[in-house]
Amino acid sequence: MSERASIEEADEADEDGETAAEQAPVTTGAQSVVRALENAGAEYVFGVQGGAIMPVYDALYDSEIDHVTMAHEQGASHAADAYGIVSGEPGVCFATSGPGATNLVTGLADANMDSDPVIALTGQVATDLVGNDAFQETDTVGITQPVTKHSYFAGDADTVGDDVGEAFALADEGRQGPTLVDLPKDVTQGETDVEPGEPKAPDTYRPAEEADDANVQEAADVLAEADRPLILSGGGVIKAEASDELRDFAREYEIPVVTTMPGIGSFPEDHELSLEWAGMHGTGYANMAITNTDCMLAIGTRFDDRLTGGVDSFAPDADVIHVDVDPAEISKNIHADYPLIGDAKAVLRQLYDAMPAEPDADEWREQCQTWKDEYPMDYDTPDDEPLKPQYVVERFSELADDDAIVTTGVGQHQMWASQFWTFTEPRTWVSSHGLGTMGYGVPSAIGAKMAAPDQEVVCFDGDGSFLMTVQELSVAVRENLDITYVVLNNEAVGMVRQWQDGFFEGRRMASEYPWVPEFDKLAEAFGARGFRLEDYDDVEETIEAAREYDGPSVVDAIIDPEENVFPMVPSGGDNGLFALNEDHLEMI
Amino acid sequence: MPGPAPDERMRPEGRRNEQGIRVDPEAEATHEPREAVLAALVKHEPGVLAEVSGLFSRRQFNIESLTVGATMDDDVARMTIVIEEPDPGVEQAKKQLEKLVPTISVRELEPASTNRELALIKVDGEKPDDVNAVAEMYDGTAVDVSADSITVEVTGSQQKIDAAIDAFRQFDVQEVARGGTVALERGADTLQDDD
Ligand SMILES: Cc1ncc(C[n+]2csc(CCOP(=O)(O)OP(=O)(O)O)c2C)c(N)n1
Repeated sequence: MSERASIEEADEADEDGETAAEQAPVTTGAQSVVRALENAGAEYVFGVQGGAIMPVYDALYDSEIDHVTMAHEQGASHAADAYGIVSGEPGVCFATSGPGATNLVTGLADANMDSDPVIALTGQVATDLVGNDAFQETDTVGITQPVTKHSYFAGDADTVGDDVGEAFALADEGRQGPTLVDLPKDVTQGETDVEPGEPKAPDTYRPAEEADDANVQEAADVLAEADRPLILSGGGVIKAEASDELRDFAREYEIPVVTTMPGIGSFPEDHELSLEWAGMHGTGYANMAITNTDCMLAIGTRFDDRLTGGVDSFAPDADVIHVDVDPAEISKNIHADYPLIGDAKAVLRQLYDAMPAEPDADEWREQCQTWKDEYPMDYDTPDDEPLKPQYVVERFSELADDDAIVTTGVGQHQMWASQFWTFTEPRTWVSSHGLGTMGYGVPSAIGAKMAAPDQEVVCFDGDGSFLMTVQELSVAVRENLDITYVVLNNEAVGMVRQWQDGFFEGRRMASEYPWVPEFDKLAEAFGARGFRLEDYDDVEETIEAAREYDGPSVVDAIIDPEENVFPMVPSGGDNGLFALNEDHLEMI
Repeated sequence: MPGPAPDERMRPEGRRNEQGIRVDPEAEATHEPREAVLAALVKHEPGVLAEVSGLFSRRQFNIESLTVGATMDDDVARMTIVIEEPDPGVEQAKKQLEKLVPTISVRELEPASTNRELALIKVDGEKPDDVNAVAEMYDGTAVDVSADSITVEVTGSQQKIDAAIDAFRQFDVQEVARGGTVALERGADTLQDDD
């Protein structure tokens, strides 16, 4: 019987239901930090050891919280981020001071852009050394402030536990996002007997719940009067657990639904009202609907420029009803005619009740269907090689479980994954949207699997992205995580190559990678299972073999290196003028 | 691929301006930059000024002046921030500032609010009587006098300070230190009421 198991059994026997760890009084700042995490319900920590964070790790030794040692702190922050997306609870990551903390920054910036709940705890040099350029000192609070909801400097052993509790609650409440607590070594080593209280967001933070009733009524009246109503569902719908409310609302009032890319999964893509997702590489029909709607109910979206294209041509006929929990998102990029500030779940219920009637929109729904027929998601499938990446994604989607989770790196493969996989459930699409972080794929699949051990996890990665965090495969192997990695290998940073071909006269500067390793062999070197896939005939068999393998597997899928992503709205362009091929690109 | 080519597709005539506002010929509002005075109560903690100034710089808000000082409550500091932005930008700056965790309350002050700036103006000391005469015109006082220089203190609106500095130019202005705007709402209304 392992040590952990014996502790668990002892706990079960404990009549108060309290764990052994909870009964021991806090004696140091570090123990208070760990106690605060326990109070907040943290199950996992992703991190890397180091000098300044060692006291906290020492306190973790006695805790029920599981620590997952990552190969690099960037991996820790992405794993925590994916854990947060899939579970809805803040993912936790640890790093030491200096280089450990700076390695976290990319993951925090990523979480910040996508409003993913993450709490980072970083070691810091002792307070009397702060400011002296001590060994492994950096101004972590200063560096991370612009990319977190808030960064705390914990200066006192008596309050450090409450700082951590506050940071945890803040990451989770209202518009979710990353927070950080910087922990000087003398504070975590310092004596204290103060037990941290329940995690509580700071009292200056008061996100709105329901929207103002009068405003809701006004918005509902406008929507009910619309001839061409459209719902734009963003990532905020998923974050607010409002997917059911969205489905009820759309079905009841028969309003077509477009999602943003982070909103993928908030509405089932196989439903007849779904137009899938809009934006630079979104479907033609979604972009036609966006362009031609006269009333857009936008929920939990920040109108990112990859979605809107040039703002001048974005939904130019539409009254915009914007639902968001963050008032600063209202009219930041697209003017909101009817702002509704509140939690998406609550506001969707309010709207449901306030709607005076279903919009009279038969013609519009027919029009949307016509667009679906006119611009289907399509690609050329010659019988022979080279293999088309879209086919690999599409086949995998058909073979996979309905609730399988897909994570990705950043590039063409990310777009193909989002275009050709059919998503029907929230929290099954895990990708780096706002920051567009190559290297997100390998560690995010680890975080996703930890959060949902019973769900199938597939990571579509690019050869370039995979190489950026490939070391985290060692973690997947050590933890024996059943993850299928598919490297859509085009021996290039394909998205850059595509732009060079389209917008830089085909001058392929630094975008072709003919020296990438054989990823199947690399996988074997890590102790994972490796597969090589080159032929159409082998696609199904290889996918099934990789799925069946109980542990991490890597499929090195050798794809057509010249394949490009379409449809495409060029940067800053007009969504209605998406190009379906290279010739169209020259026309617009 | 099937489907009409880009130039043959259904599309509306409308447009939005760069602030994402629909351009409706009847109600088209042009948004010229204007000066706005924001007052904020913030937690009096280390790093808050850096957080606020970092916010304004990374979001590219045009700061004219930013002052910070203690309040009657030891835990609370007050900031006065003067920015020059079109209306949507002012609104956005206010909301972003409200979002910061150390922010307690934010308000855009009425244009009629009491705005004051302090300036210390050091001029050549050769003509003390003339300097005093100009200082009096601006309700200023000489606060330091030496053989070579006179330093005058002036308080008032930004325009008054600008005018005073202009008037002192005749005495060869050697150095100016301006404190930036501080402001309070007129009447009994206070920012604490917003908390
Ligand atoms: C960390 C980082 N560096 C650079 C980029 C710029 N970039 C965007 S997409 C892309 C190509 C990605 O290549 P790969 O991962 O091989 O995927 P592919 O596009 O070939 O599918 C690059 C270099 C980025 N997004 N992130």
